[in-house]
Amino acid sequence: MNFQRIPISALIGLILTGVFVFMAIFAPWITPYGAAEIVGDVWEPASARFWIGTDNLGRDLLSRMIQGARITIFIAAAATMMSFTMGALLGFSAAVIGGWTDQTMSRGVDLLMSIPTLIFALVVLSVLPSTLLTLILVMAVLDSTRVYRLSRAVAVDINVMDYVEAARLRGERIQWIIFREILPNALTPLVAEFGLRFIFMVLFLSSLSFLGLGVQPPDADWGGIVKENKDGIIFGIPAALIPAAAISALAISVNLVADWILNRTSDLKGGRG
Amino acid sequence: MSDPLVDIKNLKIEATVIPPDGKPFDLTIVHDVSLTLAPGQVMGLIGESGAGKSTVGLSAMCYGRGGLRLSGQVFVNGRDILKSKDADLRKLRGKEVTYVSQSAAASFNPAIKLMDQVVEATVLHGISSRSDAEQRAIGLFRSLGLPDPENIGNRFPHQVSGGQLQRVMTAMALCPKPDLIVFDEPTTALDVTTQIDVLAAIKNAIHETGVAALYITHDLAVVAQVSDEILVLRHGKMIEHGSVKQIIEAPKEDYTKALVSVHIIKHEEKVPSEHPVLKVDNITASYGGSVEVLSDVSVEIHPGQTLAVVGESGSGKSTLARVITGLLPPSKGNITFNDAELPKSLPERSIDELRELQMIYQMADVAMNPRQTVGTIIGRPLTLYFNIRGEKKRKRIVELLDQIEMGETYIDRYPAELSGGQKQRVCIARCLAAKPKLIICDEVTSALDPLVADGILKLLLDLQKVEDVAYLFITHDLATVKAIADSIAVMYQGRVARYGPKSQVLAPPFDDYTDLLLSSVPELKLGWLESVIAHRKMESAGN
Amino acid sequence: MHPIVKLVAQRIALGLLLLLAASVLIFVGTQILPGDVAQSILGQSATPEALANLRRDLGLNDPAYVRYFKWLSGVVQGDLGVALSNGQNIAEAMGKRLGNTMFLATWAAIFSVPLAVTLGLVSVRYRNRWPDKLISGLSLASISLPEFFTGYVLIYFVSVKLRWFPSVSIVNDGMSMLEKLNAIALPVAVLTMVVLAHMMRMTRAAILNVMQSAYIETAELKGLTLFNVIRKHAFPNSIAPIVNVVMLNLAYLVVGVVVVEVIFVYPGMGQYLVDHVSKRDVPVVQATGIVFAAVYIGLNIVADIVSIVANPRLRHPK
Repeated sequence: MNFQRIPISALIGLILTGVFVFMAIFAPWITPYGAAEIVGDVWEPASARFWIGTDNLGRDLLSRMIQGARITIFIAAAATMMSFTMGALLGFSAAVIGGWTDQTMSRGVDLLMSIPTLIFALVVLSVLPSTLLTLILVMAVLDSTRVYRLSRAVAVDINVMDYVEAARLRGERIQWIIFREILPNALTPLVAEFGLRFIFMVLFLSSLSFLGLGVQPPDADWGGIVKENKDGIIFGIPAALIPAAAISALAISVNLVADWILNRTSDLKGGRG
Repeated sequence: MSDPLVDIKNLKIEATVIPPDGKPFDLTIVHDVSLTLAPGQVMGLIGESGAGKSTVGLSAMCYGRGGLRLSGQVFVNGRDILKSKDADLRKLRGKEVTYVSQSAAASFNPAIKLMDQVVEATVLHGISSRSDAEQRAIGLFRSLGLPDPENIGNRFPHQVSGGQLQRVMTAMALCPKPDLIVFDEPTTALDVTTQIDVLAAIKNAIHETGVAALYITHDLAVVAQVSDEILVLRHGKMIEHGSVKQIIEAPKEDYTKALVSVHIIKHEEKVPSEHPVLKVDNITASYGGSVEVLSDVSVEIHPGQTLAVVGESGSGKSTLARVITGLLPPSKGNITFNDAELPKSLPERSIDELRELQMIYQMADVAMNPRQTVGTIIGRPLTLYFNIRGEKKRKRIVELLDQIEMGETYIDRYPAELSGGQKQRVCIARCLAAKPKLIICDEVTSALDPLVADGILKLLLDLQKVEDVAYLFITHDLATVKAIADSIAVMYQGRVARYGPKSQVLAPPFDDYTDLLLSSVPELKLGWLESVIAHRKMESAGN
Repeated sequence: MHPIVKLVAQRIALGLLLLLAASVLIFVGTQILPGDVAQSILGQSATPEALANLRRDLGLNDPAYVRYFKWLSGVVQGDLGVALSNGQNIAEAMGKRLGNTMFLATWAAIFSVPLAVTLGLVSVRYRNRWPDKLISGLSLASISLPEFFTGYVLIYFVSVKLRWFPSVSIVNDGMSMLEKLNAIALPVAVLTMVVLAHMMRMTRAAILNVMQSAYIETAELKGLTLFNVIRKHAFPNSIAPIVNVVMLNLAYLVVGVVVVEVIFVYPGMGQYLVDHVSKRDVPVVQATGIVFAAVYIGLNIVADIVSIVANPRLRHPK
């Protein structure tokens, strides 16, 4: 990769994302205090002891935030990977196999998508136990519909290319066609979409936690931290703004990276300018 | 001599290219072109695609597509329009100079009625009142041979056929009584039989109105019918300029000579052998069961020989290929390959049956996976069919590359780095690697420039001698057919209109359709158009 | 019959079918719990008799499909059932709140739609120059900002520090229109920002798509001014895609409303749903779910119908 050719925006995106991922991975070793320990007064302002102050129970906000980074990013990443694998595999199969398989799956996905995601999630989570696994599963299944639509559309576009038909006429089997003919040419839009889905998962998870249905206390992802501290806003305590800002920063930086990947149209190796 | 209408001096056209990963650089599309056009004169601009003809034509309106920069001098009616202000250019366009584009279907606004669009420029520039303009338009519709001239203006673009739309666009260009019309490949997108009518209509209109014209095309035979003078362009440079007679009968430059003599490939017609390698018996096929796309088609192909299947769009020739390859199982009839009955659908065929029947596509760009190297593409059949790997495989790939007249250096290149002709050659090599008995060539030269197409045809003929492979050659171009076929099948609306050895098929007496088809192919002869029209009534009910 | 009428009728029928299927989905979604509703209400310490009584009262002893049809027939007649938590009639309680949510959404639409279309036009006019890049950058940022970020930032700075608008948006019948508008100013601002970015981007894409058509070049070559090219040729063909975009985003507005109402404690449908989800009040959740779904599906159908009607090939068949 030629580092001089990466535009400033993508560079900023990459750096910020890197910082957050670092926090997520090394959280247990870098938090100054325990994330659940009460170490000070309620809503203390920023000081040398507590770099960004304390939260609504007197816990160190920085430690909470770092721990929250871990929870947010891990859950969002897990859900994205699950949603992506399901959606992409099903989408590709639908495009390549066609016929009734395609019809039934696509109608089913249409149906799932006819109810707004947040509403559906709320409905389902109102009756399911609030474990981490159910949360990830619900998020993944609901979001996989969008991945399905996109990967199916991409695969259909590629499927009608003559070189795929040429492969069929040669006698290549379905595995070859999906993995050696279609997938390499679908990578760019898919990778960009992965980024966008991740952002959506982060925002979705945060919204669910904010509404009380996501990660349950005492653990908290960034959305949960917002919920815990939101009452302070009216009194002029900006504590809730910090996790909200972090979510925004993460979303923007991943967006910048995804945009950069999408704009790199020179996938064709050695393509003419 | 009166002042010229158009006087282009040292026209240079440049573009700035910004590749996604690199620094922007300047590209010169047109180098130093000069031409003059007198009032009422028709000049043909001819060249291959990429020669810069459209760009030069549009410069007469000081218009550069996609940010092209024009420099030099372009005098129209005595004014250098390259120096004009925008407001003056708007007075020129649609009034003194008008434009007929290649694709009428895309050039009309789908949401507005035809008449409104036809008279728009005339009314805008105040040339006549709305009602006068409409009357003039109706008169033009009539003289251009359009059906129902009084009412056709009330239709929307999608309610009218392609050939009719092209004529409506010509009427739109003539309506403001311009001094110059720029015709940009106006008949290229039409079927050969429709082309005749539109061409005659345009020539007629030019003569009746006395308008000057720049006629842009890549087809020398077509331009010879309508122009007074011809300018030959290549890679943005002027190659030769002269009267039509001189260019066709006594070209001076090598390139012009090559353009004039394309398709004069000598090919001895072969005698059919005992056993055909492919026999198609009474095939009937349809998409989705209702409309029959092929009806009762029977043809044979003999080893090492070429059957040319010729017809216009909708004739069923490509469908025949789909049936033979098993992509579209026929509802009736059967196919015999190598003396054995061939399973009707692709999944039922054995790997050997698939190996011996190969296909080359029209658009080589999309016939190859852009993420595979030339070596991978050519080498895959070797591994798939013969299990050849490693050093042996590489040797064989180099052999094949030599056979297609490209060298070992191409093994690691990607399709995007190749020219149009080279891409098609790699596709040919891919087929050869399988050592097939029959190759289906589906319009393989139709998307290529005439000189490049010539090279591909010569290559295919040479390979046929060496490898003793048969070809099913699908095309709409009769000149190609005459050059390489041993036997010919003429298809029309899903049926075989005429079939037999080449000499038989191309000799009279003809059935109606073959007669129409053969007579519609423009020949490189002055006055050919008039003679064809004289032999045919121009029916306004036609396209 | 005119092909358009047929197509529109088909689309509406399809939408109703979809709504029916959605109702099944919502009903099924709330029945996944291994235990049952009675258990959740009475808790762990309930006696078996109390449980049996409650089950009988709630009709839980009927098989699932019977319960579904009872519920569905009720919904169709306007009876959405009774809330578990407080015995209130759901349809009554919801009516007021639905009105409030629509009020909020309508004002958000009134601000965002013209703004989005104008910004879209501006970015096309100055394509790839600084206004376009600025607008693109801002919309990228705003898509990434969660509603609670913008909401709380606004509350913190505008409401608490500057005291321009209230931080809690209570509306009731006693207020005048102006007072109501004052109360909802901040939530409307947040909602607008949420939808603006999406709508602007899609509008820009739709207009660009039209501007790159060949018939636009034809109009330019006839000597029309840029303004007239856009007015006479680009605009008529852009209306359909733009309306389509607007409808789709209004559908999205319906969802964004939920979080916004919670932030500003606004008495609308979103707040209603969220409150009762945490209480696991299944009838309310089902009812709100189906109403939201109906609005969402309805707006999508309108978008489809507009696309159909605006297509000249369908309006004037051959």
